[in-house]
Amino acid sequence: MTAHDFEDLLRALAPQVLGTLVRRYGQFEGCEDAVQEAVLAATVQWPADGVPAHPRGWLVTVASRRLIDQLRSDRARRERESATATEVVPEDVPDTDDSLVLLFLCCHPTLTAASQTALTLRAVGGLTTAEIARAFLVPEATMAARISRAKQRIKAAGSAFVLPEGAEREERLRVVLHVLYLIFNEGYTASSGSELHRADLAHEAIRLVRTVHAQLPDDGEVTGLLALMLLTHARREARTTPAGDLVPLDEQDRGAWDRALIDEGLELVKASLAGPALGPYQLQAAIAATHAAAATADETNWPQVHALYLILERIAPNPMVTLNRAIALAETEGPRAGLALLATLDDDARMAGHHRLLSVRAHLLEKTGDTAGAHAHYRRAAKSTASLAEQRYLEARARRTQA
Amino acid sequence: MQFLISMHINPAVLDALTDEEKAAIGEGHGRFIAALKESGELITTQALVDPSQAVVVSVRNGQPVVTDGPFLESKEYLGGFYLIDCEDKERAIELAAQIPDTAVAGLGVEVRQVMFADGQLEA
Repeated sequence: MTAHDFEDLLRALAPQVLGTLVRRYGQFEGCEDAVQEAVLAATVQWPADGVPAHPRGWLVTVASRRLIDQLRSDRARRERESATATEVVPEDVPDTDDSLVLLFLCCHPTLTAASQTALTLRAVGGLTTAEIARAFLVPEATMAARISRAKQRIKAAGSAFVLPEGAEREERLRVVLHVLYLIFNEGYTASSGSELHRADLAHEAIRLVRTVHAQLPDDGEVTGLLALMLLTHARREARTTPAGDLVPLDEQDRGAWDRALIDEGLELVKASLAGPALGPYQLQAAIAATHAAAATADETNWPQVHALYLILERIAPNPMVTLNRAIALAETEGPRAGLALLATLDDDARMAGHHRLLSVRAHLLEKTGDTAGAHAHYRRAAKSTASLAEQRYLEARARRTQA
Repeated sequence: MQFLISMHINPAVLDALTDEEKAAIGEGHGRFIAALKESGELITTQALVDPSQAVVVSVRNGQPVVTDGPFLESKEYLGGFYLIDCEDKERAIELAAQIPDTAVAGLGVEVRQVMFADGQLEA
């Protein structure tokens, strides 16, 4: 077994072990700490002594002991009775997958997005606090505080360890999907800094969405989100040069796109669009699928991309969607039509001075032949972004349009 | 998102404060740090010695030239900073407004997003 195999096995088992413990002892907070310690113990012992015959049972036993030790020392400290602490650890381990219940708990609506993502990666993803801290470029102590606070909030909310029902379940599932989408995006485009790819987070998000999809195969938005991630992830190698410079979609080497991921993504899009309702992830996946289906940038079906953005704009209005529709409109009706649509965003406070609005306007001005206007907007866009890779790209464009 | 909140101090303004006012500012920072640690938003914070202790280094004709005093002759100087990691710019501004310096006439803090980072975060 390679180090990678150990990791995969542990990450797959961690949420199952946590689910078992929470069902048995309640108190998510203490159980989560105990599982984290058991996982850390396994990463030390298994590579040296070999994987135990029943790895999941091993983890449950070790985690239960840690939890009981913790409960006993708490009890000794508080000098107060605790019934659970004296319970005997049963040997049988029920074979249920609690990862979905755990996801709902970690994505509790009372938590901030930063806490939801951190807790999800730890409790469901099986990552250590140190790994999560590294992925988000913060010190371990900062991440530990965030996770511990998230668990306190869940405790205070008094959430039960069951799947929510009916409309609440629908609503909570949207939050879960949004959190997984945020994790993916953090991995795909670092919101700041020099690293454009944080592939591990993108990979982890895909793995978690696959888990949800396996349990809810008929939910169109779950399928749509998985497809969107796969189709986006398929382009990762082509998105940057070896030097780390950004390559826009129309200049990417489509031969470098991951064919297997695209094929899987296209199948999922087809399946999700056959369902009764259309949601934002399904539409974004359909747009990504339209790009993936074009052998060259020139063959892109822009009228279809535009039509899909139009529907997306109707069901989930958002200035970023309008911005993207302007790009599609410019391809079908010319750059001036795109610029006219961009002008409708000028009064939107969310977009004022946003580097995406500036860079798209620069791009469309360049197409109309207004190189001076394009140059000025590329320069402003370069100053407005917090991503070094994007800044380098925009500065190169600005140089190209210099009089 | 990571932001640097830099505190621009004016030694003349600080000198004019009463001992009680100075103590209140110190306590305010203590409370602010504790809250940031608790929420998991603090990366690090540092305060700098008086600007009169600064030296400016430049290299002329291949030779380092060191002169005493701050780089800019100004009324305000960088006094210290908070490096934070929070949800968005709105939250960074909300946090910045909790720094006691912001309530003192003649002092202010500046909020800017971090673009590149390297090195040991735990240091």
